Amino acid sequence: MIELMNYNSHILTLINRRTMSQIKNFTKGFLKENPVFVLLLGMCPTLGTTTSALNGLGMGLATAFVLTMSNMVISLVKNQIPDKVRIPSFIVIIASFVTIVELIMQAYVPALFEQLGLFIPLIVVNCIVLGRAEAFASKNTVWSSVLDGLGMGLGFAFALTILGSVRELLGSGAIFGFHFIKGDLMLVFVLAPGAFIALGYIIALINKINKTA
Amino acid sequence: MEYFVIVISAIFVSNIVLTQFLGVCPFLGVSTRISTSVGMGGAVLFVMTLATMTTWIFQYYVLNPFGLGFMQTIVFILVIAALVQMVEIILKKVSPALYQALGVFLPLITTNCAVLGVAILTIQKQFNLMESVVFAMSTAIGFTMALVIFAGIREHLEMMEVPKGMRGVPIALVTAGILALAFMGFTGMVR
Repeated sequence: MIELMNYNSHILTLINRRTMSQIKNFTKGFLKENPVFVLLLGMCPTLGTTTSALNGLGMGLATAFVLTMSNMVISLVKNQIPDKVRIPSFIVIIASFVTIVELIMQAYVPALFEQLGLFIPLIVVNCIVLGRAEAFASKNTVWSSVLDGLGMGLGFAFALTILGSVRELLGSGAIFGFHFIKGDLMLVFVLAPGAFIALGYIIALINKINKTA
Repeated sequence: MEYFVIVISAIFVSNIVLTQFLGVCPFLGVSTRISTSVGMGGAVLFVMTLATMTTWIFQYYVLNPFGLGFMQTIVFILVIAALVQMVEIILKKVSPALYQALGVFLPLITTNCAVLGVAILTIQKQFNLMESVVFAMSTAIGFTMALVIFAGIREHLEMMEVPKGMRGVPIALVTAGILALAFMGFTGMVR
């Protein structure tokens, strides 16, 4: 009887641990392992597209889509791909999804596509996407890979939206186009130098938060 | 004269790292020593010129005649990845000395967005082959210059007393921001 109860509780903790780790797969991308603020990956689109909160969010969601889909497909076909050609195969899968995003955005949100410009095709060489494919999707089940991709992607979108909001607020006194502050502002934050400086201070802040938490 | 404009604008006015934000990862990653950043710059110069030439030929002689413009991203990244691999193999056989100097940086270049970025930019700007090559070379020179300047500053920064929370990446980013501010002085020089 006691053995059975022990067994039952053992199973329960196992299930619990599994759901817990699934949730963790999803949530780790936001603060603890945020791809931008902590892992420092994908710097080019982070700096290049965050002139406003909306642009940052658009870029983040496009990357999140590519990341989730490529993670899913790679974890599905991981056993069929020979080890030697795995990186080129991953790149082809990723590039296919980037092309899909490119065509969809060109058709339905042409204004945003124009704004983001070169950075949409450059999702292919975003280290986060290939990094997750190699480090996670090629070793884990489909479901946890999808959650990992979604979590990391949304964490990336979250980071870009934060940086975009800060830059838009300091540069033009607005967030998502809603004006809060009137008058002359620090235009430099919308331009190139402001991107580096704002990101530097945000990373210092996130380091502080992660250290105390 | 036209080439001169391309060179000046690629190196100074729209510097690839500090105004276009391409190749920021190696810019932050390998810029702790001047010697390594020169090596990285050399490798980028080599690969970027070759890659731009090859992708230009692919675009105008393969993709355009067959109406495959939408395949640009896939084809370009594959061409670049294959090219980097080939350069590595050839360099190892032909010039071991050069391979010693550049070898470590070559695998990193496939994921350097500046290479793919320049390849796509030359198509967007509708350059001819010669202009593309000049553009790629001067972009790579601009990249190297930014990298070397930044590495020099960071070497000095190591000996400075930086506030605890800002040490490492944050202060590097703020420094890069100030450097970008300096490069803004070139705005408007060409056109």
